[in-house]
Amino acid sequence: MTNTVENAARGRAPGGPRDDLRKDPRKDPRDDLRKDPRDDLRELRRLMSLMTGDEKHGPAATSTLDALWVLYDRVLRVSPATADAPGRDRFLLSKGHGPMAYYAVLAAKGFLSGDLLPGFGSYDSPLGHHPDRLLVPGAEIGSGSLGHGLPLAVGSVLGLRARGLTDPRVWVLVGDAELDEGSNHEAIAYAGPAGLEQLHTLVIDNASASFARPGGIVARFEAAGWSAQAVDGRDHEALYAAFTRPHPGRPRAVVARVEPKNA
Amino acid sequence: MDTMRDRFIATTSRLLDEDPRLALVLAEISRDGFRRAEERHPGRVINVGIREQLLIGVGGGLALAGMRPVMHTFASFLVERPFEQVKLDLGHQGVGGVLVSAGASYDWPAGGFTHMSPGDVALLDTLDGWTVHVPGHPDEAEALLRHAVAGDDKVYVRLSLQANGEARAVTGDRFLTVREGRTGVVVAVGPMLDNVLAATEGLDVTVLYATTVRPFDGATVRHAVAGAGTADVVLVEPYLAGTSTAAVAEALVDLPHRVLGLGVARRELRRYGRVDEHLAAHGLDPRSLRDRVGAFLRR
Repeated sequence: MTNTVENAARGRAPGGPRDDLRKDPRKDPRDDLRKDPRDDLRELRRLMSLMTGDEKHGPAATSTLDALWVLYDRVLRVSPATADAPGRDRFLLSKGHGPMAYYAVLAAKGFLSGDLLPGFGSYDSPLGHHPDRLLVPGAEIGSGSLGHGLPLAVGSVLGLRARGLTDPRVWVLVGDAELDEGSNHEAIAYAGPAGLEQLHTLVIDNASASFARPGGIVARFEAAGWSAQAVDGRDHEALYAAFTRPHPGRPRAVVARVEPKNA
Repeated sequence: MDTMRDRFIATTSRLLDEDPRLALVLAEISRDGFRRAEERHPGRVINVGIREQLLIGVGGGLALAGMRPVMHTFASFLVERPFEQVKLDLGHQGVGGVLVSAGASYDWPAGGFTHMSPGDVALLDTLDGWTVHVPGHPDEAEALLRHAVAGDDKVYVRLSLQANGEARAVTGDRFLTVREGRTGVVVAVGPMLDNVLAATEGLDVTVLYATTVRPFDGATVRHAVAGAGTADVVLVEPYLAGTSTAAVAEALVDLPHRVLGLGVARRELRRYGRVDEHLAAHGLDPRSLRDRVGAFLRR
């Protein structure tokens, strides 16, 4: 699963955004020119361990990690400097459970200070076990209750479009079991026929849904008129290719398959 | 006279022409009325089909993207069915929006309980920061709607087919004093005013008219109580009885006082019929009101 980590760094000049991924948040990031880009995931896991107090994380805690990293490192056009810019890309974490990977990526990209991570879940910390957009720098929505992100993403695309902002893309991350919630289907069924090309759904599929059918997720999006594809959720190059594939006139769904939660 | 819903359609259609920040989200209900607005502003008049969770979610997303969303359908499908979306997609996200409902407590009695929403205001009372307008006349609905759209906050506008004969100069915050007396204070909410005025004809009571019930204008109630010389307050609300009794108690917290909360009973009637029959069944017709108000104030 680390076979494609180096690809994440390909083509990046020193001093680029990925240098925010630093071991010591107080250190000048320019001093931290990476020798081995495999450090990316190692560093993200270290940041996660600041929250969990555990050096090892099960597949469930890291199910979103690779896809999140590829998105933030190579796809999303948003940075701490443009976090409030009208033309930024939006990433909405709908599946608010297990947000350590998300916080680690936000810290690595400089949206929030790594100093905040050890306080995870404590009374004075802005970092809860479900994210709150009013507390977490860089978080586009507060989530935790399943099935809210995709409808909010649909509305965000419609709002951007109404303002003439047809360039920014909106990404929403949902879990495969989260798709059990009917509100998602209202959004999926609407967005396809409405042709919301700016809308992108990333489904992290760790086979945690009850009553699922093989291939059911892709089939469901395709039936609603989306461009949809399933990929290896640990393969950074495959994720990148799926994330960036053109889908004119249609919203896009990428199903990132990772290790089954209860394997 | 046009209905409040007619006025909502006409006013919102004009506002869409004037304000590029405004967006309207529909779930089929009232779509025909907005056909022309939809043609003029296809990107800002958004019908999501019969999908009420999406109706509110889209409104929240529009607000996150910098728009001012108006969301509309029948009250039962606007507030009750997608209540968690109202709670999370607007409130918890820290964004605003305007919910405009039709149908009220029993505007269509023949439609039965599925289309009745006497609990909408009480439900919103569980949430923080909502302004609730209950206009009693189409002119008031227009004024309050314009007031609501101009802001950035969370506003519920509860429209009804029930209306008073004449419009008052509503302000969007304070209660109006319609009549002054000394033996008690009656607060009539929205479409209840005409029946309250008829019921209290000849009684020595102050009648306040409330079209903005949240935030609750406790200062005007306190002032009226001081003028009346007795801290007896009757609320007459067109939704669940007692919805605002806690607000009165809060306004008069340091005074010995009595409150009678009149409104729609919680018990499900399981009756169809006409609005006047439902008003009578809930004791909100002038004769029942006079009996109940009189009995309370004599005690």
